[in-house]
Amino acid sequence: MSINILLYKITLLVYLAATILFLVDVITRRVKLGTIARWILGGGFLLHCITLGARYFATGHVPVVNLHESLSFFAWAVIGIFFLFDFKYRLDILGAFSCPLALALMILGAATTAPTPTVNPALDSWWFPVHVALAFLGYAVFALSFVAAVMYLLQERMLKSKSFSGLYYRLPSLEILDNINYRCLTIGFPLMTMGIISGAVWANSAWGGYWRWDPKETWALITWFLYAALLHGRLTIGWRGRRAAIFAIIGFLCLMFTFFGVNMMLSDLHSFNALEGR
Amino acid sequence: MNIIVVGLSHHSAPVEIREKVAFSPNDMKRPLRQVLDLPDIGEAMIVSTCNRVEIYATSRNPDAGIAGLRRFMADFHQLPQDDLQPHLYDYQGEEAIRHVFRVSASLDSMVIGEPQILGQIKTAYGYAAEFKTVGLILNRFLHKAFSVAKRVRTETNIAGNAVSVSFAAVELARKIFGSLDNKTVLLIGAGEMCELAAKHFINNGVGRVLVTNRTFSRAERLAAEFAGRAIPFEEFPEHLHLADIVLTSTGAPTCILDRPRVEKVLKIRKNKPMFFIDIAVPRDIEPQVNGVPNVYLYDVDDLQGVVQANLKERHKEAKKAEEIIDLEIGQFHAWMATLQVKPTIVSLRRKFEEIRRGEVEKTLRNLKHVDQKQEKAIEALTSAIINKILHPAISALKEKQNGEGDNFVDAVRTLFALEGTAGETQFKPLAVDDEGLETDQPTPDQSQGAK
Repeated sequence: MSINILLYKITLLVYLAATILFLVDVITRRVKLGTIARWILGGGFLLHCITLGARYFATGHVPVVNLHESLSFFAWAVIGIFFLFDFKYRLDILGAFSCPLALALMILGAATTAPTPTVNPALDSWWFPVHVALAFLGYAVFALSFVAAVMYLLQERMLKSKSFSGLYYRLPSLEILDNINYRCLTIGFPLMTMGIISGAVWANSAWGGYWRWDPKETWALITWFLYAALLHGRLTIGWRGRRAAIFAIIGFLCLMFTFFGVNMMLSDLHSFNALEGR
Repeated sequence: MNIIVVGLSHHSAPVEIREKVAFSPNDMKRPLRQVLDLPDIGEAMIVSTCNRVEIYATSRNPDAGIAGLRRFMADFHQLPQDDLQPHLYDYQGEEAIRHVFRVSASLDSMVIGEPQILGQIKTAYGYAAEFKTVGLILNRFLHKAFSVAKRVRTETNIAGNAVSVSFAAVELARKIFGSLDNKTVLLIGAGEMCELAAKHFINNGVGRVLVTNRTFSRAERLAAEFAGRAIPFEEFPEHLHLADIVLTSTGAPTCILDRPRVEKVLKIRKNKPMFFIDIAVPRDIEPQVNGVPNVYLYDVDDLQGVVQANLKERHKEAKKAEEIIDLEIGQFHAWMATLQVKPTIVSLRRKFEEIRRGEVEKTLRNLKHVDQKQEKAIEALTSAIINKILHPAISALKEKQNGEGDNFVDAVRTLFALEGTAGETQFKPLAVDDEGLETDQPTPDQSQGAK
């Protein structure tokens, strides 16, 4: 087992520990655990940075080429973005919702540790890591907005129906959740837009055409329009709360389909096989 | 020495009994002195609130001590023994420690988690300290109880959620709006409940208050009180969109707000959420209003439901508090155990013997040509020295066993740094005030003047 895979597996275990701590914290409301969980998660994040670095030096390319690498990068970005928001809001429950997501990505990634890929030289340009990094950072931000939207719907449900479970006491106010949702949108949307544009530029330099309507491009565009509609609704006609949360959830599901579904079900230029020149 | 508790509370006695055995705060010296004069009582303090009257004391002979306190309770208040005895409970040893910890942490209160009880116990302790009826054990014990109460309050959410209807409304508003700054409250009608809730909202930072009432002069009066603005009753629908929180309590026989109106208002507000609190019976707001997106409508029953849910949550938190208390009882018990004379003598001897042994070995290693006879002589010499030094101290400990023994034991343990005491025996007298929690158990930083 190469060193970066070993590091990856240790990182996964550290994330697992942090996830368990966050969940126990939220279920039993032992606030001290949340602090410990953050330290562990922070340690895991550093380890993850080292893992990505080790992978970069071992393979010689920015580690976003095959499914394993993408999942790892995706999870890394989710944790990073979580910390950005946690810095401002300090919500244990956000950790309890975000960590399992990152953990799931990591486990999927562990199941797909393929041999080190080599990049098809025709596609090897600096646009490639820029395109993929922007796209995944956007994914991660939208993942957080998805998490906040789920939390919003749960909290809203309880406030409307007036029956409170223990979760009611752990969840923050609707205002904060809606706010996180909105912030994610204003950060994620530009990232996604730039991701698509940089992808088009890269495509042009590689294949001599900006847009080819392959399934991934089509789905990315559909998702982009969804988020654009949400942003527009929020800014101009006062969409907020429940409707915005539902939109954010649909948007993220589309995004996930763009990422997983298209890769696995439909073969095209964006599949990893094409990328590796097989 | 044992800690004992005798008393009654809302659990064991109705108010007619409780009021008869209450001790007046203006006259604490007399009863405290009398308790101390009872046989078998070492130290004592009296807690007297409207929900409980309890005597905390120490005794060499707990059963006799308890019997004495039980009799005292009735005698002091000139009540027939038979009337009072069934309502009194008593605890000794570990159970007494647990009881006092639970009471100070507000686990035994009528409304679990209510904050007053701790202050009341501090005041009671203050009297006892003033009249010098507490000594080493109760001092340490009460400090421990205060710090346990503080731990419970910071580590559990026992006092976290509102248990009154009007405050529950404020908390709900917080769950919806987050911060209440810049939020506007509209009062429709001016019932007492409405006023109370409005006060809570203002104390919690609501930005602006609008008041409307069928009698405009009343609206004006209330508006003046809250530094708000009065609106004529006929015009309030036009101002509805300004309000984030609407409190209604009119005497109107039918609903004054219906769903279509609220839907229209929400459109003007661009869907900014609204929180309606309908305290009136019959209700002022059509229940269907709750179905409008981003609108939350609570009537009196709903708020009661919230209070019930909050109480349930407090009970859950109380379980966590019990765990903390279990842990702390163990610690305190360990300290109490060190106060026993025999183990103290044993560890005192052991300590001296260890020192002697170490020094003798060191010396023998450095000396050359020491034969067995000489070695024995050195052993005998050193043993004789420590025995001579220890003899009066040990006889004194044995002699005082039944009197001020605890103080002696504690002093010996501190002076010779025997285990179970290190650094823990020193504490400042507690400054009794409302927020006196911080003055518990000085940490090393505090005693070095870090403040």
